[in-house]
Amino acid sequence: MANNPTFSDIEVGAEIPALSRGPISRTDLALFAGASGDHNPIHLDDAEAKAGGLPGVIVHGMLMMAVLGQSLSGWVAQSRVRAFSNRFAAMAAPGDTITCSGKVTAKRQEGGENLVDLEIIAQNQKGDVLLKGDATVALDA
Amino acid sequence: MAISPPDMIGREYDVFTVDVEKGRIAQFARAIGEDNPIYFDDVAARGAGYRGIPAPLTFPYTITLDAGQSFNVLDDMGVPKTKAVHGAQGFTYHADICAGDTITGQQKVVDVFDKKNGALIFIITDTKLSNQDGVHVGDLHSTIVVRNT
Repeated sequence: MANNPTFSDIEVGAEIPALSRGPISRTDLALFAGASGDHNPIHLDDAEAKAGGLPGVIVHGMLMMAVLGQSLSGWVAQSRVRAFSNRFAAMAAPGDTITCSGKVTAKRQEGGENLVDLEIIAQNQKGDVLLKGDATVALDA
Repeated sequence: MAISPPDMIGREYDVFTVDVEKGRIAQFARAIGEDNPIYFDDVAARGAGYRGIPAPLTFPYTITLDAGQSFNVLDDMGVPKTKAVHGAQGFTYHADICAGDTITGQQKVVDVFDKKNGALIFIITDTKLSNQDGVHVGDLHSTIVVRNT
């Protein structure tokens, strides 16, 4: 549950709580396909994934991003998030565990809001970076 | 290719409308391992200060999938879906999207450029989302990378 830190509490360099999900199963991929509406067979069918040049099915990039988003919404109420983006840096496969972490890179005041910028990443169990992201949240003074 | 990349810039797709359903949000939340009651229970959501059950942070992408927006650009360019990957995704948030909302959106191609002497084509699109009251709730900023080989 979000604990809503305040702007004055937060220091540049502070880390947000890490969040892990996994190992991700094929069932997780099937459920996310149905729930998200992304039915691309590269996430569901090994034969189709191999035909597309992949070693086998891969985890939906947007499932990984959803987990990265939870690392934000578990730290502050999601209504405080103003921007959230990431680059899809590497793929994940069933069996991988995704761990998200982040740290504060800047504090600023803009448009009457107290904004905190963060660098957030998702890594697999080997430490490879899967998602490289940024976020901005607005906090109470 | 059916349409050459530079001609794609500025292209706007048809306005779409999607109803945000409570059951869909709960299903999405379960599928991402979420257990915060605000995504499942109206009372919990209101208690946390939301108008209703809020859509999780990346749910706007599902709104665009439901509206059939994800392959507009590839179809126009005549690119097979297996040649494309999702390079990056961004969201901006101006107001909550909640269960019961009707979201209207429009996707626009904002940039197309190539790297590695044309071997990779980057297509950047923005999709603006508004709710039933005309409030601009947020935007999606998507980068699709096409292997042009």
